[in-house]
Amino acid sequence: MGSTSSTLSKIPNADELIQETGFTSAHLARLFERFEALDKDKKGYLSPQDFEAIKELALNPICDRIIGAFFSSGQEMLDFSSFVRILAHFRPIDNNRTKEPNSPDPINSRINKLKFAFQLYDQDKDGKISRNELLQVLRAMLEKQVTEEQLESIADRTIQEADLDRDDAISFEEFRKSLEKVNIDHKMSIRFLR
Amino acid sequence: MVLLPRLSLLLTILSVFGTLCRANSSGSSSSTATESETATTNTSTTLTTLPIVTWKWHHIETPYLVALWVLVCWLCKLVVQLNTRLKSFFPESGLLIICGFILGGIVWGADKAQTFKLTPRNFFYFLLPQIILDTGYFMPNKLFFSNLGAILVHAVIGTVWNAGAVGVSLWGCWLGGAMGDLNIGLLQFLLFGSLLAAVDPVAVIAVFEEVHVNEVLFIWVFGESLLNDGVTVVLYNVFDAFVSLGGEKINAGEIIKGIVSFFVVSFGGSAIGVIFAIIISLLTKYTGKVQIIEAGFIFVLGYLSYLTAEMLSLSAILSVTFCGVCCQKYVNANMDEKSVTAVRYAMKVFANGSETMIFVFLGVTAIDSVIWVWNTGFICLTILFAIIYRFIGVFTLTWFLNQYRLVPIEVIDQLVMSYGGLRGAVAYGLAASLDETRIPEKNLIISTTLIVVYFTVVIQGLTMKPIVKWLKVKRVEPTDLKLIEKVNNRACEHVLAAMEDIVGRIGDNWWTRGWKRFEDTYITWFLMKPEARKNRDYLFSIFHKLNMEDAVNYVTEGEKRGSLGFLRSGEGTNVDFEKKHGMEFSGVMPDITSELDFGIDNVPVTSIRNPVPSVSLDIHEQDMKSMSEDFNAHHLLQQNLYRSRKNHRHKYSRSDFTINQSEDEVQEIFQRTMRNRLESFKSAKMGVTPVKKITKHPKPNHKMSNVKTTDKSYPYGDEDFEFSEADSAYSGDGAAARGSPPVRAPPYSLGGGIENPAFMPEMDTPPPPWLTEAETNTGVAPSQRAQRQLPWSPTNLRRLAPLRLSNRSTDSFVMADVAAAPDSSDESPKEPSEEERDGQRDGTHM
Repeated sequence: MGSTSSTLSKIPNADELIQETGFTSAHLARLFERFEALDKDKKGYLSPQDFEAIKELALNPICDRIIGAFFSSGQEMLDFSSFVRILAHFRPIDNNRTKEPNSPDPINSRINKLKFAFQLYDQDKDGKISRNELLQVLRAMLEKQVTEEQLESIADRTIQEADLDRDDAISFEEFRKSLEKVNIDHKMSIRFLR
Repeated sequence: MVLLPRLSLLLTILSVFGTLCRANSSGSSSSTATESETATTNTSTTLTTLPIVTWKWHHIETPYLVALWVLVCWLCKLVVQLNTRLKSFFPESGLLIICGFILGGIVWGADKAQTFKLTPRNFFYFLLPQIILDTGYFMPNKLFFSNLGAILVHAVIGTVWNAGAVGVSLWGCWLGGAMGDLNIGLLQFLLFGSLLAAVDPVAVIAVFEEVHVNEVLFIWVFGESLLNDGVTVVLYNVFDAFVSLGGEKINAGEIIKGIVSFFVVSFGGSAIGVIFAIIISLLTKYTGKVQIIEAGFIFVLGYLSYLTAEMLSLSAILSVTFCGVCCQKYVNANMDEKSVTAVRYAMKVFANGSETMIFVFLGVTAIDSVIWVWNTGFICLTILFAIIYRFIGVFTLTWFLNQYRLVPIEVIDQLVMSYGGLRGAVAYGLAASLDETRIPEKNLIISTTLIVVYFTVVIQGLTMKPIVKWLKVKRVEPTDLKLIEKVNNRACEHVLAAMEDIVGRIGDNWWTRGWKRFEDTYITWFLMKPEARKNRDYLFSIFHKLNMEDAVNYVTEGEKRGSLGFLRSGEGTNVDFEKKHGMEFSGVMPDITSELDFGIDNVPVTSIRNPVPSVSLDIHEQDMKSMSEDFNAHHLLQQNLYRSRKNHRHKYSRSDFTINQSEDEVQEIFQRTMRNRLESFKSAKMGVTPVKKITKHPKPNHKMSNVKTTDKSYPYGDEDFEFSEADSAYSGDGAAARGSPPVRAPPYSLGGGIENPAFMPEMDTPPPPWLTEAETNTGVAPSQRAQRQLPWSPTNLRRLAPLRLSNRSTDSFVMADVAAAPDSSDESPKEPSEEERDGQRDGTHM
């Protein structure tokens, strides 16, 4: 535990982050170590290149989308608190946490998890997944043998399923509705080491 | 309730018949329905005269009784299923056991003795394997493997705990004098505990499937009960060996040997299963040639994996489980879709059938005065301990597991899981196979086991549903398959894997991905057909499946609206083609349908306008006169549906039942279609009236249309080509069929643009019905050569597909031009069929 507290002391606003993200201090310390390990040049922030340097991540078919999600505001620098905030999306939802009536949704709530997934598709940030945007993601994810025509028809069908107002695009509301039955908590959570 | 009298009557009749048959065989009273050794010695009386018929009951006694019992058991299931009201609250397995009581009572009444019972041999070799194979084969693999750790913990540690705790506690109570005077010791108690620890997958599935609990809970209970059977059998064998060794000889060394054998037997059995799974997968790579029996390989090899493991005294249940679990993916990819369906249904028939028999026989077996030894203390304490220790075990183990779980198992789920510890036929089978010389209280053990089985299956099964409801256990809601969900799940998987990379943690997703890569690079290469490997993308297969469903729904709906109109609009063909070729070809469909449709509607006109042009056509003229509405429909089908070259193969052919399978045919359909399209396209460009019937006519005909000029340069044998109006079509056919046998002479309905005779052999439309005989008999096979010489490869042609839309107006224009007015109105609804269907689909999804 000694190392945990010493690491924590290096984090500027540790208490706030713990409060905001729901990570324990042990989590936070571990994440900070990881952050520093990723930050090869010790510049105090992460750049997209730092992410690309992760070998396994580079093999991920939608890695550019995922990295993009970390740098959503358009800048090229990611400090530790933003890093933690984004990762907090993937904390499992905890049931036993007492809920204050007027506190805002925690970062790992279902809706926020969904929003994270949504913005992976919505590249141009217009609040809608257009056919083209979906097609790009599908193209990346599906195996090579699937032909372009098939991809297109898959995209069409996918949009049809979700598209309620027939504008040939999926809005967040439509996205949420169509995934109502999916257990997002299971699908968008990972275990963080203590 | 009305059914009950009928049911009992039926059953009575059947069983009385059965017993009568038995009674007739007064000689061999030892033979039982399911016991295979029967003395089939025939009467060796000397013949005095030639008997016309003889009564040969002994010849067929055993198989006959087996068949009869199978029938009776299945009828029980039918009767139970017909009772919808009773079934709604009473578990089916419990009802079957009760049916068994009734049947057993009837047998008892007739024979005054227990003559039919479930023998362990029959149970373990003939009834159990297919059930386990079925459960393994249909195991939701992903769910199973992602929960394998938890399942193993419960199945191994939980089972050992249950066996030990129940055994030791009972022993303690016995020492304390709770059960009176019994000739039994600690080892026997442990043996009893171990056989009683078997949570029965059959009973569990039967109950839990009716309840629809959530999938994680289901896989935990189900996976546990499946693997725990294997573990129990192993444990039972170890204790059985201990019992026969005797208490004094057991030392530390023997105990260690026991533990070692436990693991060797379990893992060895699993390994045998995996080996057999590999064999099955490899074999199905090549069984395409014997497609009819392809499905059978799965069963034979699955059964062999069971027997092999048994032979090596490894765990047979684990072997066949893992055989099913591991082979399913590759088998499904390798085999033809039809064989996959065949396996699926056959597997269910076997499994469900023997499951029914097991439950009924569990009931029948009970009606026997010999096995019943009542010992209140022993029996009550057994039930009590079995339940209590199950609860303790599940809660403790789940608590530990929850420490490491992303989403912890809730208390309610744990309750249901504990309560779902139904004991079943495996426990009884093990109890029945105890050796009476070593375990003097065998009958007490059997009767206690039976009572525990009845208690858990009937009482717990009965209360399970209300409890699940009352506790508000999360259930699965039946949902429609949605592409967007699957797409998103795929995305989420990638995201999670990426996040684990970023956080720098080797987690579940890392393992999953690692395994997937390994599988993709090596295992699929080894175990899958090359062509199966190609289109294996999961999302795509989902997409395909959805489309198929739509197509089926579409046809069903169309038929509901009235079959003829439905057919006439050509939608049937549309769907039919789509089903065969997926959506790739859908673009070109409207064209053939439209043209062919046109051809049909023209038929009456033909006969009026063109009265038989050649003398030789009398017979066919008769045919034409009888043309009627349903003839039209028939003819439409004849023309629209692709006529396979193999259609002379009959239904009763044993070797093959599939038609339309070869690549050549698919290609041919495609080329035909494309040619039609291309022609109508071209002709439209040239402003030519396109739809003509080309017929090869023995003698040059009258009406030559201007189209002819476009293709005069192609000679086609010595035959002359004619472009008459569509009218002469039928007469022409007849002439051709009779006059010039070697020539294929179907009416050819196509656009008038180019007629490249070189393509004719490949692209002819199927002949009208009356020509079938002539066609097939003369055996005009398509020249394969001609096909290969085609300048167009299908891929080139496919490029044309998008033209459909631009083409549409042309087609309908053409129709309007040549055909009568009603045709064009027929035409309009089907042209934009794709869009239309999309619309419909939307409608159903909203």
